[in-house]
Amino acid sequence: MAHQRNKAIGVETVGMTMRFGSFTALDDVSVRVQAGSFHALLGENGAGKSTLVKCMMGFYHPTDGQIMVNDREVAIASPRDAAVLGLGMVYQHFTLVPSLTGAENLVISREKVPAVIDWAKERKALAAFMETMPFRLPLDVPVRELSAGEKQKLEIVRQLYLGRHFLVLDEPTSVLTPAEAREVLGLVREMTERGELTVLMISHKFHEVTAFADEVTVLRRGKMTGTGKTKDLDHRVLAAMMIGDQPIAALGTRALQPDDAQTVLRIDALEAVDRTGLKPIRIDGLSVRAGEIVGIAGISGNGQKEFFEILAGQRAREAGEVFVKGTPYAATRAEARALNVRAIPEEPLANACAPRMSVAENLSFRSFDIGADGKPVTWVGASAMNAFAARLAEQFKVKTASLASPISALSGGNVQRAVLARELTGDVDLLIVSNPCFGLDFSAVAEIRARIMRARNNGAAVLLLSEDLDELLELSDRILVMSDGALVYETPIADADVQTIGQHMAGHH
Amino acid sequence: MTVEATDAQASIPGDKGGPALVEWIARRSEGIVIPLAAILVGLAAFSVFVAFLGKSPFDLFGLMVKGGFGSWFSIQNTLARAAPLLLAALCVALPARLGLVVIGGEGAIVLGGVAAAAAAAIALPAVGILPPAFLWVAMALAGMVAGGMWIGLVGFLRHYRAVNETISSLLMAYIGIALMNNFVEGPLRDPSSLNKPSTAPLPADHMIGNIPGMDVHWGLVAGIVACVLSWVLMEKTRWGFAARIAGGNVRAAQIQGLAVGPLILAFTALAGAFAGLAGMIEVAAVQGSANASLAAGYGYTGILVAFLARHNPLAIIPVAFLLGGIEASGGLIQRRLELPDATVLVLQGMLFIIILFSETYYGRFRIFNPDLWKRRA
Repeated sequence: MAHQRNKAIGVETVGMTMRFGSFTALDDVSVRVQAGSFHALLGENGAGKSTLVKCMMGFYHPTDGQIMVNDREVAIASPRDAAVLGLGMVYQHFTLVPSLTGAENLVISREKVPAVIDWAKERKALAAFMETMPFRLPLDVPVRELSAGEKQKLEIVRQLYLGRHFLVLDEPTSVLTPAEAREVLGLVREMTERGELTVLMISHKFHEVTAFADEVTVLRRGKMTGTGKTKDLDHRVLAAMMIGDQPIAALGTRALQPDDAQTVLRIDALEAVDRTGLKPIRIDGLSVRAGEIVGIAGISGNGQKEFFEILAGQRAREAGEVFVKGTPYAATRAEARALNVRAIPEEPLANACAPRMSVAENLSFRSFDIGADGKPVTWVGASAMNAFAARLAEQFKVKTASLASPISALSGGNVQRAVLARELTGDVDLLIVSNPCFGLDFSAVAEIRARIMRARNNGAAVLLLSEDLDELLELSDRILVMSDGALVYETPIADADVQTIGQHMAGHH
Repeated sequence: MTVEATDAQASIPGDKGGPALVEWIARRSEGIVIPLAAILVGLAAFSVFVAFLGKSPFDLFGLMVKGGFGSWFSIQNTLARAAPLLLAALCVALPARLGLVVIGGEGAIVLGGVAAAAAAAIALPAVGILPPAFLWVAMALAGMVAGGMWIGLVGFLRHYRAVNETISSLLMAYIGIALMNNFVEGPLRDPSSLNKPSTAPLPADHMIGNIPGMDVHWGLVAGIVACVLSWVLMEKTRWGFAARIAGGNVRAAQIQGLAVGPLILAFTALAGAFAGLAGMIEVAAVQGSANASLAAGYGYTGILVAFLARHNPLAIIPVAFLLGGIEASGGLIQRRLELPDATVLVLQGMLFIIILFSETYYGRFRIFNPDLWKRRA
């Protein structure tokens, strides 16, 4: 079916149902995305958002239901069919080739590329095409030198270059600063207003939805729980549609930190290189006191990961000192045990668990080598391990079919609960946490944040590295910004201003 | 949200009743059924190969059973071949539990044999005073130290210099064999060994003898004891548990502050020590001296044994027996079917490929995975 050039495309699903075996991922979902509208798709993890768009894009073949494009029923058997109809998708993570320039990326992504490319001709055609775009982008530098915002714009431009006029944006702002996010979504919105583009945006963020979308559809557990104009729906109503009536753990009040709280973590002139081996990481003069949460903000890839890995013993440092309660700390097991230091990395299944070992074994990683008296033991007993694990699983509500299940069989929230159970049992004086709620659903997020707050209130010093500014604003006593491998800005929570923090995150300081 | 359990009670595993037993059996049988199925598929593929050669696969399998397991004589032959395979397989299985694929056990075997022969040359004069067991202990220690250092070096290069352990161990096996040839043709050569350069032979009464009532040497017992001890180490001690964490996810081990480097060194050295012991036993119980016969390929067959046993030291025992039997039947197949001796190598190769292929099936079958039983939409 031919579509008109430069005209927004409307897409509608009718009674879309998708079953995987006995599991129903999508249940009779009918969504109408009008041509030229900016439509938001809200829902928790596992609500069926991805399944729905994958059905639209031809990655999945729905069990039941139809897809209409511009009010005509169509069959989309493959991503290629979707592309021919003008439907495109921009993924959460970048899919551009970093070593090629923007122009090269655009040209090679075409379905038909001549065996010998006449670059002079292509450049001219690209320049003419970019004239019609609202985005200003340098197309002659390698993509790896572009900022995250520019890469995201290039991803969108590529879809338009390929003639797609219905775009699914999958959490497009998760890697952008607040200012970049506003700019990209603002430009996209203007294109929808001019009738050049239709957008279906998957999002977790209410404020984005209200600021940019005309309409919103909410999914929960595979069912549509609400749809309508964003101007008619406030955040409270949206939240209720999204999570239903399940109870949400309260954060717990923030206990007052005593003025004489001792400094637990101190870092002096710490130096290392980042994972590319090119950029230096330099952290100097950071201290965290007992009973406070110090949040480290920053855009992904500015050295937070490496900083965490050094503190957790996963990466060597080149220079500098880390002190815990005045003692030099190199993250050995003996030091961590003596000083009560615990570290919880992001993506706990990949970084803190042995996926094929059982839940019980994973819960015992901290304690398997010492007996009740704290002395090293030779024998690791299965029954003692199971009893210990059963207690932890119950206390931290880890839902598992059995303690003998491999931990990889658990959902993300339950893996994180298991890791928290392991790391927050016993005395904790210093807790180092990285993106603890990444990819978790609403109720798990609330519960995990409450646990971190409780550890703080019990007197632990907490260093929280997070890419989620809302999380930092909710939990921290102080916020620092990390940019280009260094701490560039610090503010107490009372004076924290999103605009200022965002500017420092983007490297303006 | 994915919910594996239907209710909160499922998180309390106090009930040790029937369902728990069924689940336990289901989880455990995956590691038995899949390798057995792989062996059957491998045998089927081999049948096609044999049929192409114009022979009846059924005759061949009949001869295999007869040659490997058909009589007390053939069983003893099989056990004698299984003995070095037990130790050679441990050299693969122990590093594998730490996530390392070490395939150069052959090098540790030959060097262990040479070191044992050298120790024998030094210790023999003292044996007149001390019992012969002293000689064997000295030889075993020398063989284990040599093998342990050899594979320990592989572990060292892996952890501290990021050298791929599969490649380095394989290439080092060639170096090991070259070193052995250098020693037995040079400084350690017995001048009276003319056609086949060898070290000075052990006196016949100083050889390790046979298990009473059997025509199988004591190396079989040593191998079985080593497998049992390795299993206890791996499954029941804190060092084994730490090694399994490091093998399961090295990042998780680091975040727990476990000393990954020393663990790798210790387990690769222990693995090499077992291979070195296999070399010592070849010298002290079979050959009587170190010579080129040490490089008989046990180190390579051990790779197949370890993978078939899924690196479980206890499972190595029956698997070594099975593969020992296949090797033992090679002669009979050659004589009766006029097939080349290398036919059994083709079978081993086919089995190995299919075993590697079968690794992708773990966790895919509902029947072995109780976590899938309870999932409801």
